[in-house]
Amino acid sequence: MQNLRYEAPETLADATALLSAEDGVARILAGGTDVIVQMHSDLIEPDLIVDVKNIPELTEIAKEGGAYRFGAAVSGKTLMLHEDFNKTWPGIMDGVQLLGSLQVRGRASVGGNLCNASPAADSVPPMIAAGAVASVIGPNGARDIPVEDIVTGPGRTCLEKGEIVVSFLLPERPPRSGDAYLRFTPRTEMDIAVVGAGVNLTLDGGGACTAARVALGAVAPTPLLVAEAADALIGTKVDDAAMEALAAAARAACNPIDDKRGTIEFRTKVAGVLARRAAAIALERAGAN
Amino acid sequence: MTKHHIRTTINGDETDVLVEPTQSLLDVLRDELHLTGTKEGCATGDCGACSVTIDGNLVCSCLVLGVEADGTEIETIEGMASGDELHPLQEKFIEHVALQCGICTPGLLIAAKHLLEENPDPTEEEVRYGLAGNLCRCTGYQKVVEAVLDAAQVMQK
Ligand SMILES: Cc1cc2nc3c(=O)[nH]c(=O)nc-3n(C[C@@H](O)[C@@H](O)[C@H](O)COP(=O)(O)OP(=O)(O)OC[C@H]3O[C@@H](n4cnc5c(N)ncnc54)[C@H](O)[C@@H]3O)c2cc1C
Ligand code: FES
Ligand code: FES
Repeated sequence: MQNLRYEAPETLADATALLSAEDGVARILAGGTDVIVQMHSDLIEPDLIVDVKNIPELTEIAKEGGAYRFGAAVSGKTLMLHEDFNKTWPGIMDGVQLLGSLQVRGRASVGGNLCNASPAADSVPPMIAAGAVASVIGPNGARDIPVEDIVTGPGRTCLEKGEIVVSFLLPERPPRSGDAYLRFTPRTEMDIAVVGAGVNLTLDGGGACTAARVALGAVAPTPLLVAEAADALIGTKVDDAAMEALAAAARAACNPIDDKRGTIEFRTKVAGVLARRAAAIALERAGAN
Repeated sequence: MTKHHIRTTINGDETDVLVEPTQSLLDVLRDELHLTGTKEGCATGDCGACSVTIDGNLVCSCLVLGVEADGTEIETIEGMASGDELHPLQEKFIEHVALQCGICTPGLLIAAKHLLEENPDPTEEEVRYGLAGNLCRCTGYQKVVEAVLDAAQVMQK
């Protein structure tokens, strides 16, 4: 870090060129709420910081047809001020609202929360449940990666040298859809999830579940998409039996660590409870629109 | 290390300063510009003692690089009073004795001012959530919340 260089390019091409050309340690800077903490505590010693907040594609919220696309560096605060986005994706916002304090959300982005690759990142399970796809650009061109495939382990992603997550595309919302995210923490604010659960579902006119996605955080080395848990809901009226099958599938997917914040047994049990509770909220929200 | 020349407006004054890319905005304010009203409690975003606004956005200045401040407008605690006249929040903090050691106070005042700008008539719960990013080891928060609610009443008149 002796010779740290700071660059704030205005185009994607310049940003990927800078990152690709760097032989030392390069870091993308979005809101800095992980990067700057890591720099101050000497966990990382970057030679190059590429601030991506001057690149329009990373900071816009736009609709493509009926679908939302938002920039990877959009701050949590900016998302919270977007009324229609909040109405459309309340479950994603359940997660975003948990990113630290007002001060932290003034800067923290969903792209950074994902790419920091913590298993406990709060915006990631609801983004996975929503079916969000990351648009990535790099020296070898562009590719689209489902959010659940980005994180490969604690602190590790599948992004290659020079690659940047530009934005996230969310699917168009069918009527009678709802999503929700819940986490367990000892404190109500400013704490790291011991378990997190995101559920997104769609009902038909008769109240039967036609589509669902369930994701868990902090119960494995990476956030998880749990297909078996979603299957427990699809085709049912999300009644008690379906809810219990959902909870059992969520528990079965857990492969957590054992630490002072939660034992394996506790995290596993709570994953089932939270999946159920999140599904109940998603169901209520689906019924309301 | 190459220094960057940045130009910002701080409390209404145009300011030029040379910063190293590793320096946080908090370090720049305190060590280069000698605006020591903004405090450091943790340098990791947890305590809020370093709260400032950048272009109206409330942030922890310890988690902003000084170089990022180029071209922005910053407000710090030094800009809160107008001359000798204290801001109503400052007066109410004194009246309610909402401080003891005082290290958290500049950050709390900046966060409270921002809160009342966005929500001029908050409930007690909204004040408590609004100030959740600011830690205080002395007061137990009760007097802080009372002072902010009282200031909100005065400011609406
Ligand atoms: C006091 C405090 C409390 C917090 N509480 C919570 C909490 O309760 N829950 C929670 O989930 N998180 C919490 N966080 C962490 C949360 O703020 C971060 O994870 C944040 O979301 C990261 O976003 P950022 O924009 O600040 O990223 P940065 O810090 O700028 O970047 C994070 C990482 O992602 C990489 N990166 C950033 N953008 C991109 C991109 N577009 N493409 C590729 N790589 C990229 C960076 O290089 C870096 O490695 C907290 C942080 C603080 C300081
Ligand atoms: S010093 Fe910045 S949050 Fe504590
Ligand atoms: S008055 Fe001492 S920390 Fe708040």
